[in-house]
Amino acid sequence: MKLELRGITKRFGTLVANDNINITVESGEIRSLLGENGAGKSTLMNVLYGLYQADEGQILLDGKVQNFKGPGDAMAAGIGMVHQHFMLIPVFTVAENVVLGNEPTNKIGGLDLDEARKRVREISDRFGFNVDPDAVVEDLPVGVQQRVEIIKALSRDAKVLVLDEPTAVLTPQETDELMQIMRELAKAGTSIIFITHKLREVQAVADNITVIRLGKVVGEAKPTDSAEKLATMMVGREVDLKVDKDAHKSGAVVLSVDSISVLDDREQRAVDHVSFEVRAGEILAIAGVQGNGQTELAEALLGLRPTVKGSGSIKLDGVDLIGHGVRKRLEEGIGYIPEDRKKDGLVANFTIAENFMLNGSYDEPFVKGVNIDFAKREEVAQKLVKEFDIRTQSADALVSNLSGGNQQKVVVARELRRDVKLLIAAQPTRGVDVGSIEFIHERIVKERDAGRAVVLISTELDEVTALADRIAVMYRGRIIGIVDSTTSREKLGKMMAGIAE
Amino acid sequence: MSNVVKPEANESRSETLLREIMSGTPLRIGLSALLAFMFGAIFMAAFNQDVVDSYATFGSDPMLTFQTAWDTIVNGYTSLLTGSIFNPNGGDAVSMFRPITETLRLSAPLILAGLGVSLGFRVGLFNVGGTGQILMSLLGVTWVSTRMTMPWGIHLIVALIVGVVLAAAWGGLVGLLKAKTGAHEVIVTIMLNYVALYLYTWFLREPSLLLEHGGGGTPKSDPPAVTAQMPLLLGPSFDLHIGILIAIAAIFVYWWLMERSAIGFRFKMVGANSHAARAAGIKIESTYIWALAISAAFVGLAGVNQGLGQAGGLTASVNGNIGFDAITVALLGGSRARGVMFAGLLFGAFKAGGPSMQLAGVSPEILGVVQALLVLFVAAPPLVRAIFRLPKKEAN
Repeated sequence: MKLELRGITKRFGTLVANDNINITVESGEIRSLLGENGAGKSTLMNVLYGLYQADEGQILLDGKVQNFKGPGDAMAAGIGMVHQHFMLIPVFTVAENVVLGNEPTNKIGGLDLDEARKRVREISDRFGFNVDPDAVVEDLPVGVQQRVEIIKALSRDAKVLVLDEPTAVLTPQETDELMQIMRELAKAGTSIIFITHKLREVQAVADNITVIRLGKVVGEAKPTDSAEKLATMMVGREVDLKVDKDAHKSGAVVLSVDSISVLDDREQRAVDHVSFEVRAGEILAIAGVQGNGQTELAEALLGLRPTVKGSGSIKLDGVDLIGHGVRKRLEEGIGYIPEDRKKDGLVANFTIAENFMLNGSYDEPFVKGVNIDFAKREEVAQKLVKEFDIRTQSADALVSNLSGGNQQKVVVARELRRDVKLLIAAQPTRGVDVGSIEFIHERIVKERDAGRAVVLISTELDEVTALADRIAVMYRGRIIGIVDSTTSREKLGKMMAGIAE
Repeated sequence: MSNVVKPEANESRSETLLREIMSGTPLRIGLSALLAFMFGAIFMAAFNQDVVDSYATFGSDPMLTFQTAWDTIVNGYTSLLTGSIFNPNGGDAVSMFRPITETLRLSAPLILAGLGVSLGFRVGLFNVGGTGQILMSLLGVTWVSTRMTMPWGIHLIVALIVGVVLAAAWGGLVGLLKAKTGAHEVIVTIMLNYVALYLYTWFLREPSLLLEHGGGGTPKSDPPAVTAQMPLLLGPSFDLHIGILIAIAAIFVYWWLMERSAIGFRFKMVGANSHAARAAGIKIESTYIWALAISAAFVGLAGVNQGLGQAGGLTASVNGNIGFDAITVALLGGSRARGVMFAGLLFGAFKAGGPSMQLAGVSPEILGVVQALLVLFVAAPPLVRAIFRLPKKEAN
């Protein structure tokens, strides 16, 4: 099905999120929508999906003007959408989620779950999704939940499929699989809009690329164009995709983790007798496919999640942290960038200055006696906003009004304000624009050069190889090996799949 | 754009609702009030006997019906004003100014308990246990003021402290149960309301405990000792006592706590995003315990006000449903110090003006409807947004 967006404009108050956007997607074409976070990609797709009404412009399908009042109309017209944040009911099974809103019924009008299961199995088998129709969605890993979303769209005969940042939550292998699926769908005539800010994926799978910046189409490109050219179009300036760093000079052992085990929320052993050391002035990357225990390991290091009783020690500068709460560990000198900044890193309805204070509400500079020292807080906030290049009108702006990259810089600034010994950075650049990625990477290297120990937890192989001095690969809760940063991608990929030497 | 409300990825529906309710703008609250009073006017006019009588001649003289309806509405709301603020026909100064002093007197407990419930809201807790906390406060107040002898002044202060401490303990108990067992505070507070009610009533029945001297079957205590009663502010012609001063002081304390102090910052942090608070080193469980204890302490002050603000013997009904009214005050006031003050004054005025409305031939229950509608509109932002076609404040 051919999709045309003509002159779409969408405003929120004074903010123009989409400014006269024109895009045409031919039948069977994979069209990449490339742009930084906050460029207006998601808004545009929500207009297409009927969630927002455009202030100006038209949507055409096979040449016919459409008028979507809501997602129901869009779906009926053949548009399927896989959102960045999944629209699934966690306590329902896969089959129930897939048919929700479009339930098959038996003769007496009851819900025909067998038919629902059949639909799921059919699509799952056709594309090798390997999804159990009877699994409860909340028990599934994120990657599988996404496949449920895709099945949902496909089961409604979507002719235009919108994938909003689909690879943000996927492993490299899963990403490759997804791309294969996209190609097959396209071959079968489905038009695909693939929203992303990852250049490599665009180059790998797109037929055509539309680059959006600040709500406007800044140009079209071909996947054969160089990554530098695409990146430049995206951010409007030259981007250095490599991180400059000197050879590391590591010092004494700062963090020593000895044989710890951690249970996940389902009481399963997510971290299984893990041991490693990190030295001052060293970045140890913990690589691996998402869901292999990295999250639980990071939480255990900070004390958010208990280690299994009697299962070893976590020593920071010789002090055993087991049994101590989060506050004590922060005070001992841990900085923590959580993998989910919206959940664990920020209070969205607090100002930037207030967010700087989250872990500083007990002592100076933010608190004097029992009172908040507002003058001092403002001063510190101003300084941090400037130092970390947080793009905002003022430090009193709400964090929820910042773009993803700037939100992340707020978290990074807060954690690096204190003189920490160990920085734990979990997915520090997830959902962050290119400019901010560059900044955050440089900052992490700077911390290393200043003699701090850094644990970088990342599922992005590019990030791992760019930053790490040593790489530990996690697989099913165990560290399958710790290797040098010069190790080849192929070998790392194999290790991530559980194949040791 | 400072009032933009965005749904957070990790919050439950009730958290979203709570946050939306508390993000009420003055405009929205003003429109809600207007709407509530309009509904009240319709009820008042539609079923007033004079208006109903005029329906018979509606065909020939419709203006009579409209005129009568209009007069009824004007009469009703005018009598509300003369009963709650200033009565120009009072004759002497005492009668003229008495209404406003009554409004202040009746506002005090609403403000105090409203602040307590508000504090809970700011921490993400729904303290529905105001009634129980007031009754526990009353239990302590009654004991100290009827069974102990102390000098003037000291007696009042001791009674106040005992009442507040008992209420705080009652609230802290809820926090403890929530922290240790995960029990939801709404369920626990409601259940504890009954426990407190029957505990206090039992105390009032037992001659060895709190029953009035020479009392019989009615659970009622002696009047509080004169040394413990709240001193009157404007002499014996007015009932206004120092309860309103305590309320004003409490407003300042609440404001300082929530807007200026470090502990209030942590409270708000836990209320706005408990995950982030935990990752920042805050102990969520003990925050819940402290927050509920302090919330209940404010509510307990309302109990002190009820117990010592009058000269008669005390019964369980002295709690006056303040614990639940406080929820409406907190909702309408957006859980902010200033908002709670205005909301408390408004509902205090309703209480003060009720009798004079009744004298004017208008059922004061209309005010209950207005009050309930007002809170409903404030607590149902999407509804009001829809009625007034306000823009939905959600950016991308």
